[in-house]
Amino acid sequence: MIFFLSFILFLIGLYCVLIKKNLLKMVMGIVIMEYSVSLFLILLGYKKGGFPPIVTAGVEGTNFVDPLPQALVITAIVISIASLALIISLCMRIYQKYKTFDITKIRKLKG
Amino acid sequence: MFELYSLVILMIVGSLVAIHTKYLLSAVISLSLVGLILCVVFLYLQAPDTAITQTIVEVIALVILIRAVPIKKDTMGIKGAKETFSAIVTTIFLVLFAFFAYKALLDLPQFGFPLMTVSEGYIRDGLVKTGSANIVTAVLLDFRAYDTLGEATVLFTAILGAIVVLRKVGRK
Repeated sequence: MIFFLSFILFLIGLYCVLIKKNLLKMVMGIVIMEYSVSLFLILLGYKKGGFPPIVTAGVEGTNFVDPLPQALVITAIVISIASLALIISLCMRIYQKYKTFDITKIRKLKG
Repeated sequence: MFELYSLVILMIVGSLVAIHTKYLLSAVISLSLVGLILCVVFLYLQAPDTAITQTIVEVIALVILIRAVPIKKDTMGIKGAKETFSAIVTTIFLVLFAFFAYKALLDLPQFGFPLMTVSEGYIRDGLVKTGSANIVTAVLLDFRAYDTLGEATVLFTAILGAIVVLRKVGRK
């Protein structure tokens, strides 16, 4: 059930990308989709009653949550911020040239 | 369990506000709120390293997105022509996507009982093989170090692309 809630978050982002006409709103849809995917992967690795995967003296030996999705989600988060910087710089260039974020007006090609 | 559900529902409400609000600046701030709630969810799901990374990245993303918003012309009430055909096609696509994803979600392992076939070895041998008490760091920097190298490459390339797009010298 909680998986389906994170999937609803993904659908909201997809709707925003497909329907909205504002360029920055579409970028926000992409960011929402990234949030939902990282949330979903961390949810997949959660173990009931588990501890964070750090070996200390007081913690039982094997009762950890899954460390593999956490490590790969860290990688995905850092990549998402880099791609967000690239997307936003393209959006700023487009705004300087066309003075608008409306994608129906950006469509016409200007040299 | 109740806290987790309420936090995720709050994330959904925040993203709906971010989509439907009129002003771009408030949309950016609502989006940042969603990311910060995500940090709390990570802490609740016993993932402290991911929560720290998400917090830092969220603040940087907020700064980048605010830089892109034109403050003087914020009202952006973009009312394009109603495109009925594309709206219908999008609705059909979303419904189909939701249907097949629901079918796929039924086959997943139950929440709270993950499949840990690969991670068992990492947890068992992580401290001995790598000497790192934090298993996440051991996976990130030792077992899957090539992934981290690729991540650094992608980061470098994306920032290089952003600099090339945004620079002023050299343009005629």
